[in-house]
Amino acid sequence: MSHDGLSMDRDPAPAPGVPRASEPPGAQPLTDILLRPPARPSRPPAPPPEPERAAVELTIDGVTVTIPAGSTILEACRAQGIDTPTLCYLENLTPVNVCRVCVVEVTGSRVLVPACSRKVEAGMDVKTNSDRVRHSRKMVLEFLGSSVDLSTAPSALGYIERYGADTARYGPADAPSPAGERDRHEAGHHHAPPIDAAQTVEQPVKVDNDLYVRDYSKCILCYKCVEACGEDAQNTFAIAVAGRGFDARISTESAVPLPDSACVYCGNCIGVCPTGALMFKSEHDMRAAGTWDESAQTTTQTICPYCGVGCALDLHVQDNAIVTVTSPLDSSVTDGHLCIKGRFGFQFVQNRGPGPA
Amino acid sequence: MDLHVIGPLASPAERAAVDALLGPPESGWRGGQRDARTEGHVARGGHEARSRRDLLIPVLHAIQSRIGWISQPALNYACRRLTVPPAEAYGVASFYALFATTPRPPIVAHVCDDLACALAGAGDVAADLERSVGPAGEPVDGGETTWLRSPCLGLCERAPAMMVTQAGTNPVTFVAGPVDAVGVERRLEPRTGGSTESGPPPIPQRGQPGLRLLARVDVVDPSSLDDYRAQGGFRALARARRIGPQQVIEEVTASGLVGRGGAAFPTGRKWAAVAAQPAEPHYLVCNADESEPGTFKDRVLMEGDPFAVVEAMAIEALAVGATKAYLYIRGEYPLAEARMLGAIAASGEAGLLGDLDIELRRGAGAYICGEETALFESIEGKRGEPRNKPPFPVEVGLFGKPTAINNVETLINVLDIVGSDDGVAAFKAIGTEASAGPKLFCVSGNVGRPGVYEVDFGTTLRELIDLAGGVSGGLTLKAVLLGGAAGVFVGPDALDVPLTFEATRAIGATLGSGVVMIFDETADMVAALTRIARFFRDESCGQCVPCRVGTVRQEELLARLAAGRANGARDDELVLLREIGQAMRDASICGLGQTASSAIESAFRQPQLVAL
Ligand SMILES: Cc1cc2nc3c(=O)[nH]c(=O)nc-3n(C[C@H](O)[C@H](O)[C@H](O)COP(=O)(O)O)c2cc1C
Ligand code: SF4
Ligand code: SF4
Ligand code: SF4
Ligand code: FES
Repeated sequence: MSHDGLSMDRDPAPAPGVPRASEPPGAQPLTDILLRPPARPSRPPAPPPEPERAAVELTIDGVTVTIPAGSTILEACRAQGIDTPTLCYLENLTPVNVCRVCVVEVTGSRVLVPACSRKVEAGMDVKTNSDRVRHSRKMVLEFLGSSVDLSTAPSALGYIERYGADTARYGPADAPSPAGERDRHEAGHHHAPPIDAAQTVEQPVKVDNDLYVRDYSKCILCYKCVEACGEDAQNTFAIAVAGRGFDARISTESAVPLPDSACVYCGNCIGVCPTGALMFKSEHDMRAAGTWDESAQTTTQTICPYCGVGCALDLHVQDNAIVTVTSPLDSSVTDGHLCIKGRFGFQFVQNRGPGPA
Repeated sequence: MDLHVIGPLASPAERAAVDALLGPPESGWRGGQRDARTEGHVARGGHEARSRRDLLIPVLHAIQSRIGWISQPALNYACRRLTVPPAEAYGVASFYALFATTPRPPIVAHVCDDLACALAGAGDVAADLERSVGPAGEPVDGGETTWLRSPCLGLCERAPAMMVTQAGTNPVTFVAGPVDAVGVERRLEPRTGGSTESGPPPIPQRGQPGLRLLARVDVVDPSSLDDYRAQGGFRALARARRIGPQQVIEEVTASGLVGRGGAAFPTGRKWAAVAAQPAEPHYLVCNADESEPGTFKDRVLMEGDPFAVVEAMAIEALAVGATKAYLYIRGEYPLAEARMLGAIAASGEAGLLGDLDIELRRGAGAYICGEETALFESIEGKRGEPRNKPPFPVEVGLFGKPTAINNVETLINVLDIVGSDDGVAAFKAIGTEASAGPKLFCVSGNVGRPGVYEVDFGTTLRELIDLAGGVSGGLTLKAVLLGGAAGVFVGPDALDVPLTFEATRAIGATLGSGVVMIFDETADMVAALTRIARFFRDESCGQCVPCRVGTVRQEELLARLAAGRANGARDDELVLLREIGQAMRDASICGLGQTASSAIESAFRQPQLVAL
């Protein structure tokens, strides 16, 4: 899997910061240039550079900020070093602005606005730390923390800490739903609330295939997996949001098990899930056995050996065995997405026979 | 898209239901007979099929009303026909309360137990039904029938009300009220036709001189174009064509007409914005989803004066430059739907609509689809999830195009404004500067003559209640719910407030969709608040966290208070209620979440209203 620099530096749009694009062009010997035809671009030519975007001036927390037009408030905040919480936002997906943890106050707007999707406007006056902002963020986190198992969602746990969200004040968690019950809730059919408990989405984990598990007790309904499975990456549309209100859930067609669905096991939904609701079966089993130990894991960067696309892989290795595979979000080849082979086809590495003597 | 349809084949009846709407399938690719000679490896239906996604909800209606529920094979067949991924179609089907994705008996009584019906004893009806028929949703009569609780059916003047849906080759939908449990059971008998038990229109002012919006209701024959024309119909459209779009917009703007759907946005400004958009085509949508509890004015207008709605839509289409219009009507209005279909067809056949095509789309049991962007999603064949704004519909609306959307009552106002040279002046002479014109109010609850009333803006609440016969049974007034479940409770101290947008706003209330629901001294306010909380919990689309979970936490909190089991001190619970409300108001995507705590919080601000 060597890359000679030649092919990469002809790539018309090397993503900034991708370590794989190396070697300054000036380093080529003349004979190489004369004898070797120029490498073909590794992906279709990029569109012509966008015209320079006009700058927009706005105020964030009293500081005047200048940022290219078309940027979001979130981008403007990040450029200012203002750490804005996000749960449903991911750089490589269309913003759905549903979690509402990123809300900010914009002078003149009756309600708070989602920083992740709202575009900056000239003269905007944004407050990211007002009482109203902190209150809404805290409540959103309390709502999530009191209804969803966030134990494998470190970022959400961090926000809960930061905003002082008291997830216990809605009462003890209600009894979990039996397997499949939440999948059968019909829209509009009321279920009387429990008197002394807080309803949750807790339910048994769905283990119906050898590759990954779906633990919807941990699902915050951020829509990321649906986007990754559909329009934003995979174009398979094996999963969608079903049901309504608090009964809304991620579901296959008619809630069938994954092997009976349209799923092609690309695992791109796992790659974007912020809470660990979607998890490699390998990780799930190791966690169940108590052997999962992130601190003992190393990451090896490589390129997928299966086909000619050349997807960037990060192999996560524990005890000299590959435990999960991801792809960097900023890879110009994958945007973080893989197919079943790159994502799950690693067992052969561990199953090599003795080989020729 | 990688369309992957797996599973058993649809039954002949399921296929017939879909084919009756879409015609026979063209190829095996689309679920028809395979023919190796003509098909080979050619996939038919790429672009053309994808562009039919918007037929998904009509197709789901077709299956539901033929079979009584939507099975996976039936859904799969619909997906093949329309090139929709099955998971997405399931997401859509499971979003709407009138669609069943688990087996449901063919005959269903939807028994309203919402606010107005509860004041009229719907709680007893439901309790009696539980005893005599069984729990809601339980199949009885050998799996042929069942009953379900329903949110407001928009029949508040006939409380307690019900709707029956009967699936089959001749599906029947009808409404009835007032009913008791025996009446509900009687209507579970299979019927062969006769779609609606229509009572007289709830217009106590019928025939009074000076009515503008209600002038023709229950006077004109709603199925006769000739009668409508004989009473002045289609003259406003003729004048609009004469003066042209620009002048129409100027007149509507000058009249000061603002939207009657709840948001009170200036209508002329909306039309001008759409007319000015360079993107083509422009769409027009008439919002007849009317699902705010306590609201039934649009139903009365459509049932009683359907040609007026068609004429007003034609005027708006002319003004905003649209040749395609949709009327989105809630699924629980069978009579209004039939009358509107008749009026649209008759007007078109008579050549009165020019190049305008009006299509009726039927909702499927989702209050949220009254929100304009959720309504667009629904017409497009999707889940009724509101969009984030901006961009606003005037720029990016239905199918991503500039769209003018207006409420039925808003449109009816246009006829008099544009109908004559002095229409603007006459309109402005009514009401106040900021609230011009006549207004319909839906008066219901513990009141002498419930119904739709037309008064001038500025009429006081007291005058309106007197007009409706006062509190029934000579009892004293405890509270009035203004604006519906998304509105505000006011006490007797507010009786002298003039009913205008500005005056109600000044006392922290709202006119909303024109609901005026009367609660007498004996009314169970805790039950009413609990019902409101339940309504929002059930109707939240579930997209955003503050509303999806906030409405659940709000309902739990009220259940605790109602049971006398406050978590800690009662005042702490009330603080928590306000904190939940504040987050829903501030951080929710749409008006549903933003107003889900409004009525409940308003009641708790008035200690004399709720003794909890
Ligand atoms: C949750 C929700 C439900 C709504 N339901 C309706 C409705 O049933 N009918 C209606 O005309 N407007 C409804 N609206 C208001 C519409 O979004 C929109 O403002 C209106 O159709 C615009 O028409 P108008 O300007 O003529 O009032 C609703 C809004 C929200 C937030
Ligand atoms: S593994 Fe791939 S195809 Fe399967 S649900 Fe996830 S994203 Fe969709
Ligand atoms: S499963 Fe994960 S990615 Fe999908 S909606 Fe739930 S939390 Fe988001
Ligand atoms: S506020 Fe409620 S109804 Fe509106 S988008 Fe959010 S969840 Fe849906
Ligand atoms: S990150 Fe903005 S709404 Fe979720």
